Amino acid sequence: MAAIEIHQLEKTYSVGFWRKRPKRALSPLDLTVEEGELFGFLGPNGAGKTTTLKILMGLVFPSSGSARILGMELDDPRMKAQIGFLPEHPYFYDYLTGRELLRYYGHLSGVAPKQLNTRVDRVLEQVGLKEAANLQLRKFSKGMLQRVGIAQAILHDPRVVFLDEPMSGLDPMGRREVRNMMEELKSEGKTVFFSTHILSDAEALCDRVGIIHLGQLRGIGAVEELTAGARAQVEIVWAGTGSLSGFKSLGAECHIAGDTVRAVVTPEKQDAALDLLRREHLRLISVTPVRRSLEDYFVEKLGKSAESNRPNGTAGPKMQSDAEIHSAAASEHSRPHTGIGKS
Amino acid sequence: MNSRIGYIAANTFREAVRDRVLYNLIAFALLLTGAAVLVGQISIDIERLVVISLGLTAVSLFGLVIAIFIGIGLVSKEMDKRTLYTVLSRPVRRWEFIAGKFFGLTGTLVVNAAFMAIGVFAALSYVSSHHALIASDGWVLLALYFIVLEFVIITGLALFFSSFSSPLLSAVFTFSLFVIGTFSEDLRGFAKMAHGLTGLLVTGISYVVPNFSALNIIDQVAHGHGVATELIGLNTAYALIYSLAVLAGATLIFERRSLK
Repeated sequence: MAAIEIHQLEKTYSVGFWRKRPKRALSPLDLTVEEGELFGFLGPNGAGKTTTLKILMGLVFPSSGSARILGMELDDPRMKAQIGFLPEHPYFYDYLTGRELLRYYGHLSGVAPKQLNTRVDRVLEQVGLKEAANLQLRKFSKGMLQRVGIAQAILHDPRVVFLDEPMSGLDPMGRREVRNMMEELKSEGKTVFFSTHILSDAEALCDRVGIIHLGQLRGIGAVEELTAGARAQVEIVWAGTGSLSGFKSLGAECHIAGDTVRAVVTPEKQDAALDLLRREHLRLISVTPVRRSLEDYFVEKLGKSAESNRPNGTAGPKMQSDAEIHSAAASEHSRPHTGIGKS
Repeated sequence: MNSRIGYIAANTFREAVRDRVLYNLIAFALLLTGAAVLVGQISIDIERLVVISLGLTAVSLFGLVIAIFIGIGLVSKEMDKRTLYTVLSRPVRRWEFIAGKFFGLTGTLVVNAAFMAIGVFAALSYVSSHHALIASDGWVLLALYFIVLEFVIITGLALFFSSFSSPLLSAVFTFSLFVIGTFSEDLRGFAKMAHGLTGLLVTGISYVVPNFSALNIIDQVAHGHGVATELIGLNTAYALIYSLAVLAGATLIFERRSLK
């Protein structure tokens, strides 16, 4: 059974004060997420991720199209009792303590009063806020607010969990904990739909990802499918700056950082390149096959759309800077770690 | 009342308490104590009149300020701060949210007025020659009840404006309606004298704006006069119907609003 079915969903806002003009936030979007799936919804800022989530939560009304969650309409309270939602940059009633907030949300979600205390204690422990349970939220740090946000989203044991930028504001430990928690939710058979622009998170976690940009879905599929098909390459790293001309004659891209050189060659040229190093008596550091990362796919997809959408002389979307920001994080997972930056 | 409305109402009440709204009671107590002591020394035979007039007017004004300043943010503040997102993504219907907020603020005002009423009766007892309340003080209770009905309407109005406009505009609209409503009897008198289009317009306005004159019996009560008992039923029905109408309007608007 499909957990989320989106059919031709479209959202257009009116902008301007006197002369209203339409601004399309979401082009007709078709998307299906199966039950039990961990789905990543990727895109740069302003791509339409949050608009999609707000429509699914019934906070914003679509201009056209329809969507169903667990086979039910978006305004069906029976469906809402079975979903959890963490908004982007969550803000809660800051005069409440963590425990009071969760109790309040538990009541609204229809958790039986007898079970409520047990559930609240369990999720507080799960998100690492047991010690701060009786502290008012106005004294919480950004990371703690994010954790309590996650706690309220899973408190009532929902079947589908929607998380909008769940890693935002978290330190590396916090991010890891959220990742583990999302994997745990998946292992419990829950569907997790999360939006992010941190590609390494999506790459590490998701069964499938959808890439959205300027309100349009640019690609969808399993990470392996999306990152397959590109020409394989081998990265060779060595100490000493000799033999660069030889490598360049092999068609390699060379990057120098201090006394270390990193070159990327095709697999066919790998032996020739290693022979070159031996002849020159250079110290080999590593030879690593490079697979295409999700980031490459992301940049490629967004790059194409930026070209097609960019008016003459105007800057494109902030995709490059997003890619730059997160390339370090992405390197944790998919790229061979050499510790060498591009020269 | 369904349980979700009750929880939202309880949370609204808790917010008011934690934001120290009930601290206004201290100002009220100081005002009343000062007045009771002062009139005890300078007035002859009009101590009760002064305490009742001052006490009930203060109950009304303090409540009005709270109703407007909390009421105007009931919906818009939740939208601005996005606290609504995690409420409306749960099995909570939008009308339940509006109703919960309404009952929460009304409850706050009733509790506030109850404490103030205790203060008024304490001051009355202090200025009475035998330190005892008399039978006509019962009318003071009725005046307090009518003030609470006034709060019910003002809360509804503030909530209505809060469902589609900014807090500042909501405050201006609500306060304007309160002022116009206070003079609604005069407006109706003017409507009777006016002719043609002006007459129709003023008559229409005089019936649309809330009739706060009918709910204000402070002067009669302060002078020891009673009011017709049928006014209790009529005023109660009027306040309930009026607030229900504005709440229905607030719900209709809010049901169609996309959140930012």
